[in-house]
Amino acid sequence: MSPLDAVPKSIPRRASVDLPTVTLAHGGGGRAMRDLIDGVFLEAFGCPELKEMNDAAVIALSGLAAQGDRLAFTTDSFVVDPLVFPGGDIGKLAVCGTINDLAVSGARPLYLTCAVILEEGFPIPELRRIVGSMASAAREAEVAVVTGDTKVVGRGACDKLFINTAGIGVIEHGLDLGPTRVRPGDVILVNGLLGDHGATILNARGDLALSTPIESDCAALHDLIGVVKAAAPNLRFLRDATRGGLATVLNEVAESARVGIALDESAVPIRAEVKGFCEILGLDPLYLANEGKLVAIVPEAEAPAALAAMRGHRHGAEAAVIGRVTDRRPGRVTMRTVFGGERVVDMLVGDQLPRIC
Amino acid sequence: MCLGIPGRIVAITDPVHKLGTVEVAGVRRAVNLACIIDEDHPIEACIGDWVLVHVGFAMSRIDEREAEATLALLAELGEVMEAQRAMQAAAAGEEGDHALR
Amino acid sequence: MRYVDEFRDPVRAKALLGRIEALAASLAQARDRPLYLMEVCGGHTHTIFKFGIEGLLPKSIELVHGPGCPVCVLPMGRVDDCVALAETPGVILATFGDAMRVPGSKKSLMQAKADGADIRMVYSPLDALQLARANPGREVVFFALGFETTMPSTALTVLQAEAEGIRNFSLFCNHITIIPTMKAILDSPELKIDGFLGPGHVSMVIGTAPYRFIAEQYKKPLVVSGFEPLDVLQSIWMVLAQLAEGRTEIENQYVRVVPAGGNDKALEAVDRVFELRPFFEWRGLGSIDHSGIRIRDAYASFDAERRYSVPDVKIADPKSCQCGEVLKGAIKPWECKVFGKACTPATPMGALMVSSEGACAAYYQYGDLDDLARRSASA
Repeated sequence: MSPLDAVPKSIPRRASVDLPTVTLAHGGGGRAMRDLIDGVFLEAFGCPELKEMNDAAVIALSGLAAQGDRLAFTTDSFVVDPLVFPGGDIGKLAVCGTINDLAVSGARPLYLTCAVILEEGFPIPELRRIVGSMASAAREAEVAVVTGDTKVVGRGACDKLFINTAGIGVIEHGLDLGPTRVRPGDVILVNGLLGDHGATILNARGDLALSTPIESDCAALHDLIGVVKAAAPNLRFLRDATRGGLATVLNEVAESARVGIALDESAVPIRAEVKGFCEILGLDPLYLANEGKLVAIVPEAEAPAALAAMRGHRHGAEAAVIGRVTDRRPGRVTMRTVFGGERVVDMLVGDQLPRIC
Repeated sequence: MCLGIPGRIVAITDPVHKLGTVEVAGVRRAVNLACIIDEDHPIEACIGDWVLVHVGFAMSRIDEREAEATLALLAELGEVMEAQRAMQAAAAGEEGDHALR
Repeated sequence: MRYVDEFRDPVRAKALLGRIEALAASLAQARDRPLYLMEVCGGHTHTIFKFGIEGLLPKSIELVHGPGCPVCVLPMGRVDDCVALAETPGVILATFGDAMRVPGSKKSLMQAKADGADIRMVYSPLDALQLARANPGREVVFFALGFETTMPSTALTVLQAEAEGIRNFSLFCNHITIIPTMKAILDSPELKIDGFLGPGHVSMVIGTAPYRFIAEQYKKPLVVSGFEPLDVLQSIWMVLAQLAEGRTEIENQYVRVVPAGGNDKALEAVDRVFELRPFFEWRGLGSIDHSGIRIRDAYASFDAERRYSVPDVKIADPKSCQCGEVLKGAIKPWECKVFGKACTPATPMGALMVSSEGACAAYYQYGDLDDLARRSASA
C-alpha cells in the first residue's frame, strides 16, 4: 500500500478543526484558516457583524453620537504565562482588560476586536476554551466582539498564544476624568482586596510550590463604575491597578497632578492569604497586579456616597477608603505604616522578585 | 537577614524524609522538619507546632511562652509610661494652679 | 498573622519609643555626636525601611546599615561563574529570586535567562532537588548562597540527594559566615559603631556564644534581634540600656525563636557537608580569611565547581563603586558619588543597589530622596 493511499480523497468541511493542534495551514488564508475561524471563533462569539466576515466592522455613527460626544479608543496585548490560572485565563483577561481601560476613561464599552497570534502546534481544544472564555466575558459585559484576525507563526516564534484586543466606547457629554482634576483634600478609594491577580500568576508559574486558595480577581468593572459615577457626580479620576499594582497608579497620579498622596497602610484591604504569600516570599502587595480593581478619587463630600455605592455592588463588596490627596510633598506617595512610622511608596524598578533575606 | 516566617505545622506527609505541611495565613507549603525533630520531640509530635520557616525548612520551634512574655513586658512598659504621664500631668496641673494665684 | 501582627503593634511601640527617647537623651548629654547603632542583617534593614522606623527614633540615634546581605556581597567574578554554569548545555540553574539581578562583569542571571539560559527561580533548595528528580536527562545546579541561616537547608538537601542516589544535582556554593564579617567591621579604622543589632536568624542556627568576642574583646554591646518592628525597637532599647549602664554584653531579644545554644541538628548537617575555605572574596570588602565555605571531598560529586569548569576570574569592582565603604558603614548610601546618578536600581553598578535590602536600594525605594538631596547639597 502506498503512503498516498492514506490520504483521504476529500476532506470534509471543518475537519481541520478536529485536528488536535494548530498548523501553519491554519494561518494560510485558505480553507483551513476559514475552518478555524468558523469552527472556533464565530461559533463562540456568535455576533452578526462577525459572521459577515467583511474586512472591517461597520458601525453607524448616529448610534454612537446618541450615547455621548467623545469616542474612547484603546488597545492592549495579552501575553500572560501560564495561559490558564485559578480565576480565569488569557481570554477573560483580554476582554476584561480592554473593557476596563474604556470604562476607567469614563466610556461605556461597546465593541471589541480580537486578534490572535498562535504558535504552530497549539492545541485546538485549548484554543476553544480560551475563545469560549472571551465570548462569555463579552456576553456578560454586553460588549460585542465585531472583528478579528488570526495568524499562525512557526514553532518558537511566539510563546503559545498572544491576544490583542482593541475597544471603542462612548463617553457621555460633560464627563471629564483625569489626574489634572485631582485636588488636595480629595479622597482615594479602591473597590476591594488588592494583589490577588499578581499573587495567582506568580504562584501559577510553578516552581514556588506554594498551595493557596488565591484566585485572580479578573472582572469587567464598567457596571461598578456606572454606580460610582451616579453616586459621585464630581468623580475626579479612575484607573485600574493592573501591572505594577496600586503603588504604580498612585505614583502616576501624584506625578501628573503634582499632588501628594498620603496612604494609611492599615486601611489598604488585602486578603490574609495574599499577605501570607507576600510575607513568605518577601514581596510587597502594593506592587502586585490586579485585574478587577480600580482606584477612584472623589471630592471629600462625595466619598461616603461613593463608598456605599461600591459596597452595594458585587465587584465592590470590600471597597475601602485608603488615603487622601494632599498638598504636602507634591509628586510623592507616602504611607503611614501599621506601626506608626512613615515611608515613601515609590515606583518600582523592574519586576518584584521573591527574596530569601 | 534571611527571611523567616512563623507558620503552623498542619500535617506530616512523609515521616521517612521528615516532610510535613506548614500553613501561613492560609498558604500551605511542604516543609522539611529535620531541624526540629529529636528523641524528645519525634515527628508525630510536630503537628500543631508553630515554627520559624526559612526556604522550606522549619528551623526553630517558636516558644509560645517567651513570645507572650515579650509582649507582656512591652505592654507593661506602656502602662508604666501612662501612669508616669498621668502623675506628671497632675503635678503640672498643681504647679499651674499655684502660678495663677 | 500570628507571631507577626502582635509584633507590629503601634501601641506597644509608643511605650518603647518613650523609653528610647529618655535613654538617648541622657546618653546624648555625654556625647558630641549621635549614637551609631549598626544592624548587621539585610532583613533588619528591610524592616527599618518598610515600617519607617528611622523616622520614629530621636535624631541622637543614627542607624548604620551593615553588610549582612549575602546577595549584596557576591563578587562579580562569582556571578560570572554562575552565568557560565547556567549557559552550560544541558544545565538547569536553580536560584533564589534576589540573586537574579546581581550584575556580573558582562551580564546578570536575569540577562542570561533572556539570552536563552534555562534558569528557574525557586523558593527552596528542595525545589531545586525536585527539578533534578523531574528532569533526569538534565543537570540541575543550585546557586547556594546565604549566611549560616541558609547553610543547613542546603546541607540537608545534599544529604537528601545522597540518600536517594540522585546523580544529576549539584551546588554552586557561595555560603559565607557572619563572624569574619563582623570582625572586619570591628577592625575597620573608619568604624565608630557604639552597639549592634545582631542577626536573628543566623543566631537561630549558631546560638549567641559566637558573638562573645564582640563584648569581651571589642567592648561593644550586641543584642540579637527579631525582625518585626517591635523586635527592632526593643533591641535598640536594650542596646541603649547597656550603654547607659556601662555594660557590654551579648543579649538575646529574640528569645521566642533563638535558643542560646543554636540548633544542633542544623549544625551537624552543616558540619557533615561543608568545611571552611581558607579565604573568600567579598564584594566591596576584599578577601576575608575563613569566611566562605565549600563542599567537603566526601560530597565532591555535589560540588558544581568540581563537576564543571568555571572561569574563576577575580573581577575588580568598578572604580567608582563605593559599595565597600557603605557596607562597612563608613559612608551613607547617598554619600556615594554614583548613588542615584550612574547607579540606580534600573542601572545598578553595585550589588547594594540590586538586592532589595541592600542599603542603597532600600534608601532609593523607601527613603526620602528629596530630603537626602537637600542634605547632600548642604554637606
